Amino acid sequence: MRSFTYERAASPADAARAVAATQGAKFIAGGTNLLDLMKLEIERPTHLVDVQDLGLDAIEETEEGGLRIGTLVSNTALSAHPKVRRDYAVLTRAIQAGASGQLRNKATTGGNMLQRTRCSYFYDTNMPCNKRKPGDGCAAIRGSSRQLGVIGTSDSCIATYPGDMAVAMRVLDAVVETVKPDGTARSIPSAEFHRLWGDTPHVETVLEPGEIITHVRLPAPLGGRHFYSKVRDRRSYAFALVSVAAVIQSDGTGQVAFGGVAPRPWRLPEADAQLRNGAAAVVRTAFADARPTEDNKFKIPLAERTLAGILAEAKG
Amino acid sequence: MPDDGYLNVSRRGVLAGGVGSAALAQASILRAQQPMPGSQSGNEGPSTMRIRMTVNGTPQEVDLDTRTTLLDTLREHLKLTGTKKGCDHGQCGACTVMVNGQRINSCLSLAVQHEGDEVTTIEGLGTPDDLHPMQDAFVEHDGYQCGYCTPGQICSAVAVLEEIRSGIPSHVTDDLTGPMRPTEMEMRERMSGNICRCGAYSNIAEAMAQVAEA
Ligand SMILES: Cc1cc2nc3c(=O)[nH]c(=O)nc-3n(C[C@H](O)[C@H](O)[C@H](O)COP(=O)(O)OP(=O)(O)OC[C@H]3O[C@@H](n4cnc5c(N)ncnc54)[C@H](O)[C@@H]3O)c2cc1C
Ligand code: SF4
Ligand code: FES
Ligand code: FES
Repeated sequence: MRSFTYERAASPADAARAVAATQGAKFIAGGTNLLDLMKLEIERPTHLVDVQDLGLDAIEETEEGGLRIGTLVSNTALSAHPKVRRDYAVLTRAIQAGASGQLRNKATTGGNMLQRTRCSYFYDTNMPCNKRKPGDGCAAIRGSSRQLGVIGTSDSCIATYPGDMAVAMRVLDAVVETVKPDGTARSIPSAEFHRLWGDTPHVETVLEPGEIITHVRLPAPLGGRHFYSKVRDRRSYAFALVSVAAVIQSDGTGQVAFGGVAPRPWRLPEADAQLRNGAAAVVRTAFADARPTEDNKFKIPLAERTLAGILAEAKG
Repeated sequence: MPDDGYLNVSRRGVLAGGVGSAALAQASILRAQQPMPGSQSGNEGPSTMRIRMTVNGTPQEVDLDTRTTLLDTLREHLKLTGTKKGCDHGQCGACTVMVNGQRINSCLSLAVQHEGDEVTTIEGLGTPDDLHPMQDAFVEHDGYQCGYCTPGQICSAVAVLEEIRSGIPSHVTDDLTGPMRPTEMEMRERMSGNICRCGAYSNIAEAMAQVAEA
């Protein structure tokens, strides 16, 4: 690990300013993704700004009937909140399907949204990777791509956003609230938060340098039945090959997003509109522009079967 | 990612570069030992900080390189070697300890993140003469073979029963709003962050069941 200096910021604007002011500075929240990558020198921050003292660790009810989640709320605390369990069960299910009990205690809401890809070549510093080193090439395109993306990818990078929680956030139309180094705040819909990175795969979100996540806001509950199905190589403590988050109403309409398939949680409104026509119709629409590899084309029928399972349960 | 340039090249990188870079290695080592005066940050050399935390009830104060993980602090600086290092990347659970009552992987946490925190390790749960009920149950049910994963397993097992008691749901909980119960399925799922190379899993589950029922 490269050496770095460390400070704790006292307010979101201070934290944003501190990161913007120092070349190579980064925020640290739980540290469960950042430290992993720092040990491998994939991330090499010169300065860490710890956000744990910002008082952003509460879940509040909003006027519109939703919830406002402080960025420091742990994955465990968010999944266990009584209102989340009752009204946003897809979120509890998605969080509990990810990582381990130890990691969920440490992982934060904002840090989880920003976790980096699990492409094995990104992790192997002996291999070319455009995401790690722009212009380096991509070892995965001709390599082993079983875990990687089938849609929304590019000729520069076929990796995925690997997480679970954000897939549920996408189905719930969550909004990410931030503060920029100049002190201005903005709200970013989860649909726009992760970029389709094209030929700049090292830029994964629309956050600007130094921009800090302060909250994630959930709109009023959708009602309906909530599902999160995750398919993986072992039954626990593994990343998704494919995951499906869905909220299904009694008339068969609803929302659906797919994880493990793209640079962002994958959801298309026109695919939602096909829910009453069954899983095949939804997946045909959602994956119409898919560009899978020989290794990972299995993900599309797998997504269809996983959704079919959910729809059968929703009917039953 | 910007190239750091030759002056900042890591010591390991330089040494790996072979004999031709010996002079450069020398320069780089000197540089690492003498941070530039007045420098705020940058990969200029180790940065140290004084950290205070309470470990197993005893207040501790140590000067540490900011890079030091909580795991290395416990093992190398406080000589509490009960907590083990398996993978050092959050993938095995051997390093599990409790911080402010919650289990975490001490390998994926920096000591500087724990200023003022209360840490409990396997040494703080019980002693050879006065075992914690979970330690007792692991002995009784042979919840280990080589024992390397055991401190992490026991810290996790104690925390899991507490998590169930406090109503935290899991991936296998059917009714998210109902009461949580320490069933075998629940305990196995909740223990998935602790890998055992010897495969003592069923005996660990039996040990936990015994404590849960007590
Ligand atoms: C073995 C293992 C298995 C895992 N399995 C899964 C899994 O199955 N599913 C899953 O979803 N995840 C999984 N994870 C990933 C885990 O969920 C993430 O590591 C965690 O959510 C990151 O949160 P953190 O607070 O620790 O982030 P950190 O590591 O602190 O930060 C991550 C990134 O976010 C930035 N950041 C943090 N907070 C802010 C903020 N407020 N504003 C702006 N930037 C910020 C940091 O600078 C950093 O770049 C796994 C991790 C490990 C190690
Ligand atoms: S798929 Fe993306 S992350 Fe993986 S090697 Fe290619 S560029 Fe790197
Ligand atoms: S040593 Fe920390 S999880 Fe393996
Ligand atoms: S007892 Fe040997 S690794 Fe678990």
